[in-house]
Amino acid sequence: MAEPPGEPPPQAVLRGEGQERGLGEHLRRADSPDRPEPPQWGPGQPPLEGFEPEREPRQPQPSEPAPASYRYRGVRRGSEPQGPDQDPSQLQDRRGSVGQTRAPGEAPYQWQSPFQHLSDPRGAEQASPKLQVPEISISQRDVLGQDSDKAPEARQSMYQSYALGLDPYQTQEPKPAYQTHVVGDDPYEADEPRRGPYQPHEPGYGLYQSGYSPYDDQVPDPKSRTLAIQNAKAYLLKSSTTSGLNLYDHLASMLTKILDEQPTNAVDIIENISKDVKWAQFQKKMDTLRDEHEILPTFEAAEKRKALFLQANGEGDEELEEEIGETPLPNVMETAFYFEQAGIGLSKDESYHIFLALKKLISVQPIQTCRFWGKILGLEMNYIIAEVQYHEGEEEEETEEEEVIEEGGKGMDEVEDEDEEKEKEDEPPKSTYKPPPVIPKEENGTGANKYVYFVCNEPGKPWVKLPPVTPAQIICARKIKKFFTGRLDAPVVSFPPFPGNEANYLRAQIARISAGTQISPIGFYQFAEEEGDEEEDGGGGRDTFEENPDFQPLSVAEMVDSLSTWVHHVQSILKQGRCVWFNPFQKSEEEEEEEDDEEEEKAEEPDELQQETGPPLLTPLSEDEGIQNIPAWTAQPSTNLIPQHAVAVLQSNRWPGAYAFASGKKFDNIYFGWGHKYSPENHTPALPPPVQAEYPSEPEITETRDPTLEEELAFKAAKEAALAAAEEEEDEEDVEEDEEEEDD
Amino acid sequence: MEAVSLLAALELVAGGGAGLSPEKRAALGSSLLLLQRDYRFERVWFWGCIQGVRGAYYIAEGLGSDRAAPRSRLYSFNCVEWSLLPPATKEMVAQAEQLKGRFQGDPSFEYEYTEINAEDAERLIEDGKEPVIKEEARLVATIEQIDRAVGIIPRGAFVKTPLGSVHENRNFEGLSLTEAKKLSSYFHFTEPVNLKNKTLLEKADLDPSTDFLDSLEHDIPQGSWTVQLEKGGTVVVLRSLLWLGLTFYHVPMTKQYGYIYFGSGEKNLDLPFMI
Repeated sequence: MAEPPGEPPPQAVLRGEGQERGLGEHLRRADSPDRPEPPQWGPGQPPLEGFEPEREPRQPQPSEPAPASYRYRGVRRGSEPQGPDQDPSQLQDRRGSVGQTRAPGEAPYQWQSPFQHLSDPRGAEQASPKLQVPEISISQRDVLGQDSDKAPEARQSMYQSYALGLDPYQTQEPKPAYQTHVVGDDPYEADEPRRGPYQPHEPGYGLYQSGYSPYDDQVPDPKSRTLAIQNAKAYLLKSSTTSGLNLYDHLASMLTKILDEQPTNAVDIIENISKDVKWAQFQKKMDTLRDEHEILPTFEAAEKRKALFLQANGEGDEELEEEIGETPLPNVMETAFYFEQAGIGLSKDESYHIFLALKKLISVQPIQTCRFWGKILGLEMNYIIAEVQYHEGEEEEETEEEEVIEEGGKGMDEVEDEDEEKEKEDEPPKSTYKPPPVIPKEENGTGANKYVYFVCNEPGKPWVKLPPVTPAQIICARKIKKFFTGRLDAPVVSFPPFPGNEANYLRAQIARISAGTQISPIGFYQFAEEEGDEEEDGGGGRDTFEENPDFQPLSVAEMVDSLSTWVHHVQSILKQGRCVWFNPFQKSEEEEEEEDDEEEEKAEEPDELQQETGPPLLTPLSEDEGIQNIPAWTAQPSTNLIPQHAVAVLQSNRWPGAYAFASGKKFDNIYFGWGHKYSPENHTPALPPPVQAEYPSEPEITETRDPTLEEELAFKAAKEAALAAAEEEEDEEDVEEDEEEEDD
Repeated sequence: MEAVSLLAALELVAGGGAGLSPEKRAALGSSLLLLQRDYRFERVWFWGCIQGVRGAYYIAEGLGSDRAAPRSRLYSFNCVEWSLLPPATKEMVAQAEQLKGRFQGDPSFEYEYTEINAEDAERLIEDGKEPVIKEEARLVATIEQIDRAVGIIPRGAFVKTPLGSVHENRNFEGLSLTEAKKLSSYFHFTEPVNLKNKTLLEKADLDPSTDFLDSLEHDIPQGSWTVQLEKGGTVVVLRSLLWLGLTFYHVPMTKQYGYIYFGSGEKNLDLPFMI
C-alpha cells in the first residue's frame, strides 16, 4: 500500500504533533527512512486490528496498534479509496470513526479508527483547523458509497443519535468524544494510553516498570479501549439528580422489555416504551395506596347484587309450591324477550337482576299484582319502577295516617279564626284573597292512585314506596319540566313551585305517563257489567274492568295497521288533576258557617265551573290526538323478514320512551326514558303573575298635573267671558264678583 | 362504537332502554364488514339510530387513516343496504338548525321553508333555488351537529402525530376509575374551540400528543352531562342532556369505549330549565 502523494503534508503535521508531545520518539523515527519498515508488520496487524476494534471485544492488546495506526495514518488513508471494495465492516468502522468525530477540527482524523482517537484524542483536537464535522461526514459517506443504500432516516437517526452521543454503528463503543473532553483537561491524561514504549524494538522497552515511570501517578492503562468503556459506563451509571435513575439501568430495562415483548415497529414507539419503563418504577409503590379506596364501591355493589341471588332463608316446601302456582311475580324475562324483538329494553343481566329484585319485593310486601313498569333515567342515579296492587284491606294503614294529618290541619284553622275575631278592631284590613279550593286527592285504589308504585335506584337496593299523588301535584307537574336527580328527597326547584319533593314529582309523572300510554289490545279487557260493551255512561264512566276470558287476539298485521285495535285501559287524568271530576264548591256544613259575605260573592262562580269530562275508559287509540301533524302512536311490526312470528310494537310519540307490544294473547307496556312529555315547542315556564294592585284606582286619589300659568290664565279668561255673558243676562253681578275674588 | 365490538357494546349501553333487535344486530355484523370492504374504510363505526315518525334511520360512519378527518356517513333503513350521505356543509347545518319537530322517516320529504323563515325563503327564491329543505340534508346536518357537539372519546385514546394526523394510541390502557368519573377525562372528538383560550399555566401541563382536543369540563351549560356507574360500578356511562339519546360508555382500565345515539334527532333546547 504505497502512500498516495497527497499524504505527506498531513503526516508531516501529525509528525509535528508527535514531536510536540515529546512522546513516541519511535514515531519520529518511524517516519524517517524506517517508514517502509513498520508497515511490514504494521499493515498486517494494526490495520486489521484497527479495522476490527468494534467486532472484537476489547482484548488486552499492547497499544501497539495505537501508535502504529497513528503512524499508519497514511496507510489507512491509502486504503481509503478502496472504499466500496472493502468490507462493509471496515467501512463501518470508518464511518464509526466519522461518526465519532464530533469535536471540530477532527476532519483529517475521521478516517482514523476510533481506536485511533483513543490514542490521540488530544492530537485530534489540536491538529486540524476547525471544520464542520457533520458535513464532511456526509461527504465521506457518499464517498464510501454505502449510505445510498440506507434510507435517509437512518442517516438522520444517526445524526440524532450522534447528537445524543450514541453512535448507531458503535453500540458498544465508548464515546471518545466525551472522553476527549473529559480526558482533555489534564495535559497528561491524554498521553496515558500511549505511554512508554510498548514494542520490543523500541528503545526503552522493558525499562518501563510500573511504579518507575514519570507518569505513574496516573492510572496506568494499556487497554485504552477498556478504559474508554469503563469511563463511558461510569457516565451511564451516574444517577440523575432529579429522579435517582441512571441511564444505564434504564436502557438495560428498556431493551429487556423490548426483547421480551417484541412489539411491532418498536422504533416508532420507543419513546413510549421508555416512558412506560420509567412509570413502572414508581407505580408499584403507589398502587397499593390508590387501589384501596377505588375498589370499595364496585365491590359493595357486587355484594348487593350477589345478595339477590341468595335464596331467602326458612322457606318451607309449602311456600315453594305456592310460589310456583300463583305468584304475582311477572315474567320479566318473557316481556324483555318480546321487547327485545323490537330493539327495546335493558340488557339481559340487568333484566334478570330486576326480576330477582321484584321477587324480593313480593316476598316483603303483601302484594296482589305486580308489574315492572319501567325505568326512568336521572342525573345521578336512575329509577327502576314497579307497579303494584295490594291485596284488599292491606292499604288502609296508609290512609289512616293521612286522614290524621288532614284533621290536624282543620283544627288549626278553627283556632286561628277565634283569635282573629278578638282582634278585629285593631287589625289592618283583612285580605280578601281566598286561595282556590284544594282539590282532594283521589282515594287509594281509585283513579290516579289505583296502583302503588315502588322504586329503587338499582336492583339490589331496597324498594321505596312512593306516596299517592294529589291533583295539585299533577297540575303543577304539567307546567314544569325538570330532570330527575335520582334522589327521592331532592327538592324540585321550579316555577310554579312544586308542592313536594322529587318523590312526589316522580309519582306525578308516573301517573301522567300511565294515563297517557298504558294500552292493551281491544277486547282484552272488558267492563265488568256488560261484556264487550263500551258505551259511555253519563258523567261517571266505568272504572272497573276485567279480563275477557273469550279474548280472540287479532293478527299482527291488523294490530299494526290500525290504531283502533288498541285501547287505553287506564283512566285519563282530567285538567283538574283527577280522573273523576270533583266539584270543589259543594260546600260542607263547616264551611258555610265560616264564610259570611264571601259566600255570596262566590255563589256566582260554581255556575261557571263546568264539569270536566275526559275520554272514557277503554277508548281506542284512534281517538288520541296527535301533535301537529304527527300521530300519537307509531306502530310497526318487529320484523319484516319473518312476518309470521313478528310482534306488533307501538311507540308513543307524545311520551317518548313509552312502548307497548302485542303478540297473540300476550301484551305489555313499558317505559324507558327521562320522564317528560314531548312538545315540539320549547318549554316556556309560566310567567309570574302580574303585580297586584294595592288599592283600586279612583279619580280622588289619582294625581294630576298642576295647571301651568297659561292654563290658569286661560281658565280665568274663559271664566270671565262666561261671567260677562252671565252679567248681561242677569242683574246680580255682585254675588258673582265676590265669588270670583274668592276663587283667586 | 366500533363495528367489531358492537355486540358487547350494545349490552353496555342498554341501560337507557334503547338498543337493537337481534335481527338488526345480526344484519349489522355482516353489512358493516362489507361496507368496510366496499368503501375501503379503515374503521367503521355504528353511529346509531334516529327515530322518525314513520321509520328509523340507521347511521354508520367510516373513518380513514387519519381519524380526525371528515368522516363518510351512510344511512340505511334495514341495516342491510346502505346509502352514502353527502358531506355536511355550513349552509346545510344553518338551515337545519331552524327546523323543528320530528324526522319523518322519508329522506325525500321536503320541509317547507316558508313556514320557518319567510325572509330566507324569499331570498332563496330570488336566487333561483327552491325554498325547501330535504330531510336528507336535515339528517346530514343533524348527524354533523351531534358529532361535533357531543361525540366524545376518553383522554389518551388518540394521539396526534407531529404531521397532524390522528391515530389510535396503542398505549391507551383505559382510564382509572377515579379518572373515569371526572368530566375532564373526556374530550370532544372534533376541532377544538377552547384550547387556545387556556391560560399558559394550564397549557404547560398539557401533553400535545394527547391533549389536543377540548375537554367536557367547560361545556355550556354546566351539567349537561350525566356520569353514572352502571352494572355494579363496572361501566362508566355518560349521557348527554343536550342531545337526549347519546350514550357513551367506557369500561375503566380496559380499552373498551364508544358512543352511540338512539333518539329522535332533536336538540333539547329546554335543557337550562330542566337542570
